[in-house]
Amino acid sequence: MSTLFPLVAKGAITSRRGKVLVGPVDLTLDGRGTCVVIGPNGAGKTTLLRLLHGAARLTKGSITWACPTEQARHNQAFVFQRPVMLRRSVEENLIYPLRAHGMPKAEARDLAQNWAERVGLQEMLRRPAPVLSGGEQQKLALARALIINPKLVFLDEPCASLDGRAMREIEAILHEASSNGTRLVLSTHDMGQARRLADTVVFLLNGQVHEQAPSSKFFTAPETPQAAAFLKGDIVE
Amino acid sequence: MVDLWDGMSRAFWLVVTLDAELVEIALRSLQVTLIALVVASAIALPMAALLTVRRFKARRTVIAVLNALMGLPPVVVGLVVYVLLSRSGPFGVLGLLFTPTAMVIAQVIIIVPLIASIAHQSLRDLWAEYHDLLISMNVTQFQKISTLLWDARRALLTASLAGFGRAIGEVGAIMIVGGNIDHSTRVLTTAIALETGKGDFALALGLGFVLIALAIVVNLAIHWLGRTEREGRW
Repeated sequence: MSTLFPLVAKGAITSRRGKVLVGPVDLTLDGRGTCVVIGPNGAGKTTLLRLLHGAARLTKGSITWACPTEQARHNQAFVFQRPVMLRRSVEENLIYPLRAHGMPKAEARDLAQNWAERVGLQEMLRRPAPVLSGGEQQKLALARALIINPKLVFLDEPCASLDGRAMREIEAILHEASSNGTRLVLSTHDMGQARRLADTVVFLLNGQVHEQAPSSKFFTAPETPQAAAFLKGDIVE
Repeated sequence: MVDLWDGMSRAFWLVVTLDAELVEIALRSLQVTLIALVVASAIALPMAALLTVRRFKARRTVIAVLNALMGLPPVVVGLVVYVLLSRSGPFGVLGLLFTPTAMVIAQVIIIVPLIASIAHQSLRDLWAEYHDLLISMNVTQFQKISTLLWDARRALLTASLAGFGRAIGEVGAIMIVGGNIDHSTRVLTTAIALETGKGDFALALGLGFVLIALAIVVNLAIHWLGRTEREGRW
């Protein structure tokens, strides 16, 4: 059992210029499986992920880990909806987080080559990362996040605007990471993907957690009428 | 028009015959400017990166002042450096007045704000792109700065070249602090000013063409070394 979890958010609020963006959120995440955050546009999915990750400022409430926050930050990664590529080669992008964590260059290079093979980018190691296709960039972003062997990865709609093939490849990597013990917290608009990946589901509405349940229960018998309407495809506000 | 042609032909012969005085002056121009450029870049680039990633109260004011200082009048800089380095000034004991070192100091003061401002613009754009990623990777402030400086190196080269262009063409400040002393502090720009004053327009023009050629050659060489157009697309 990992020492990072449980992650406990109590009355967590993030606001900007007096306007509450997300919260108050009460949420507990243990160290197993994949948690999928769903909700309509503007519900606050991205902000919630950023808040839990520590990239958005906590205005009120608390977010605690089973270990010191700094240690928790070191053991997690974030994958953005639009992958951010360092203006370097694919290999250098993979090496970067390892070097930032103090790994010797030769060791980092070996690991980078290994990960490039795992995500099917071994032929592109010397290519500049910013010129890769959208799907390749997202695979690289995912490999770059997973290469440090994090205990937790936040993924903000990692398959948005990708075609079916690229989505399948990304999901295969996510499955592998999850089965290797990495906790995934992923936001998505794609209900099919949510059903395929989720062990637990967090339904977010107007910046608040409306429902949190195991996926089998959530997709068959949601507790709230808003969640049921959302699953039916109705417009929920 | 006759002076122009005469100047071009004088420039041609000065270069072709490798005129000893021209070579000495041109090399001194290069030496002073390149040293000033290296020192100024070493100050300005980290300063620009720090202004990009650090948030502090007077940050906007510092950036505004830096931008304003891009138009620093060289003559005033020369005058201030002169006062500071003159025998009765606070640094008079160092005996630097009318030496190439004094010229380097003046040039550094003139080009640091220029390089820092241009570099800051480039780094700010890159920081907007990298911000979330580097925050999520939990990297240190030093790592953020070194990442920005490395990944924006081609844009920063342009900033430094702008500083080089300003420094090599500078005349007001270095005339005051260098004194335009033959075989000691005479550089191309001060020599041009001297020849113009003497009425030898052809020689002044000749030196001017040499100065332009020198600036172009150095710019091309730095671009070539920096592989700006070959790998600069990303």
